[in-house]
Amino acid sequence: MSTPTPTAAPTPGSTAHELTHGRRENRLFETLCAVSTWSTFAVLVILIVSVSYRAWGWLDWQFLTSFDSRKPERAGILAGLLGSCWMIVITIMFSVPVGVGAAVYLEEYATDNLLTRIIRTNLANLAGVPSIVYGILGLTVFVRMFGLFGEQGLFHIEGIPLWGDAVIPLPFGRTVISGALSLSLLILPVIIVAAQEALRAVPPSLRHASLALGATRWQTIRHQVLPSALPGIMTGVILAISRAFGETAPLVMIGAMTFVRFAPGKITSLQVVFDDPASLVRAPFDTFTVIPIQIFNWVRQAKSEFQHVAAAGIVVLLVVLLVLNGLAIYVRHRSQKNLRW
Amino acid sequence: MSPTSLNRSFTLNRAKEQAIEVSLLLCALVSIATTAGIVFVLVAESVFAIPPEKAFFQEVSPWEFFTGTQWSPQFADKHFGVLPLVCGTFLIAGIAAAVGLPIGILSAVYLSEYASPRVRSIVKPILEILAGIPTVVYGFFALYLITPTLIKPIFSTLGFDVDGYNALSAGIVVGIMIIPMVSSLSEDALRAVPRSLREAGYALGSTKFDVSAKVVLPAAFSGIVASFLLAIARAVGETMAVTIAAGQSPTMTLNPLRSVQTMTSYIVNVSLGDTPAGTIEYKSLYAVALCLFSITLVMNILSQYVMRRYREVYQ
Repeated sequence: MSTPTPTAAPTPGSTAHELTHGRRENRLFETLCAVSTWSTFAVLVILIVSVSYRAWGWLDWQFLTSFDSRKPERAGILAGLLGSCWMIVITIMFSVPVGVGAAVYLEEYATDNLLTRIIRTNLANLAGVPSIVYGILGLTVFVRMFGLFGEQGLFHIEGIPLWGDAVIPLPFGRTVISGALSLSLLILPVIIVAAQEALRAVPPSLRHASLALGATRWQTIRHQVLPSALPGIMTGVILAISRAFGETAPLVMIGAMTFVRFAPGKITSLQVVFDDPASLVRAPFDTFTVIPIQIFNWVRQAKSEFQHVAAAGIVVLLVVLLVLNGLAIYVRHRSQKNLRW
Repeated sequence: MSPTSLNRSFTLNRAKEQAIEVSLLLCALVSIATTAGIVFVLVAESVFAIPPEKAFFQEVSPWEFFTGTQWSPQFADKHFGVLPLVCGTFLIAGIAAAVGLPIGILSAVYLSEYASPRVRSIVKPILEILAGIPTVVYGFFALYLITPTLIKPIFSTLGFDVDGYNALSAGIVVGIMIIPMVSSLSEDALRAVPRSLREAGYALGSTKFDVSAKVVLPAAFSGIVASFLLAIARAVGETMAVTIAAGQSPTMTLNPLRSVQTMTSYIVNVSLGDTPAGTIEYKSLYAVALCLFSITLVMNILSQYVMRRYREVYQ
């Protein structure tokens, strides 16, 4: 800002000139900011419209209910849909208990010592690790298990028998379980941070009241703190899950296959489960594909019709993610309405 | 023992409480184990190995790896110079930064200084959706939309050669991808600037532009720089969009219209092929990943350092 010099006419350098100039500058800047912000909206609209336009006529019942094919008009997403479902269910089974457990420890038990500080800093750094690095971790630790088992390995074990003819293969190989474990590690920091925030939002008075009534620490957490923090935790978990759902790179690394014509455990209908319950146990140890990987595979195909198949796959993926996000928003909204303190 | 005894003694309940605390601690330690696992896996295959095996850097000299300008592990005449991959990575990250950082920071200013609560309630979910779109989708968008309808027509009429796979389209979508991150982190930083500072500015007769650009932005500088660093780290580690849109040719070029290969897309490319464990090509995966991991880790730590060191504290 320059010092105003009192003159009558709005000549350059005068107060009046400064003011109009300042106002114009201000308007220009505001427009620039608004255009930048709304351009993201424009990008989103263009993306959705162009993808839907390409998918038009390709996304039909046949696409949802058939397996992949070398012929674009017969290709379907069923293997990916079922694979993604298995993947997500098992990922939730691993990541949610561990993630919430870690958050409870950090918020409710941990004292401010070196170990806690290391864990906190480490969480911030883990969140910034590229997802493909988790893929390499999964490939080495879960898929190959450092080459400890098998022909050249130290241990010659075929696998651990489980139930019926189902065995846990050692190493896990390129199976659903390897993928789910890798994804669990990937989304763990997200879940822990979200759960920590939810736990922090529970007022201490609630804990004090419970402890004053003679409840133990765990009873307080189990019956008071966790139920109160549940909506916040749920929101975080759903968002983390939707991230896992669209994640591609780590699963390509651990070797989810690009061309798959079967569902994990060959379970394509409930009938199969009734006829052969052991298939439920076999499924996690089966090879698999997921929706994003199928899309990736179709994008890479030379035939140009496959871009329409890929677009149809993207629409399916986006619909699932939108539903998940909507669910998260709904949970957040409902909990804000029913807030008890 | 009488029930009124205040002595600490062993009871089943106390043991249970202890057991729960220990198992919760174990959960928290999983994150440490993950980091340790990542570092161990990357270092074990690339720097040291258990004697009969040979690590990557025992077969290829680090000098060749870090200074070589040719990357051709799949050819008979193998060269392991990582610079073309690093160059491709930073070319794309640079384009992404040029696209994403200005838009991100401007929309952060808009959201924190100009927008009404109603506009915020519309824009924030849009940014969240944009942040949640999987990266394969962005890859598709770059390859089938941005390249043929935006880049090819413009640059072909200007007389440039445009590859079907090019760094520019990948850079643009990665830029779009980092907008939500920059925007929301910077907005947090801008909102943390106390109102009194703004009001002092207005009292001196400043316009909103003056206050935003000369008072609020400098006051939130550390947070903004931290968000930039995190976003660039994200762009460096971005994988699928880059693999799909930028192609697979490891060339040392700064021409954004050429096809390039990044560190991440090399890793994906090798894992798609059937590369047996133990070969030098397979080990190169770990060396490249170690390189990538170190770069993003340094940027993350730097961002936290900037945040802590240069934060203005207001009371």
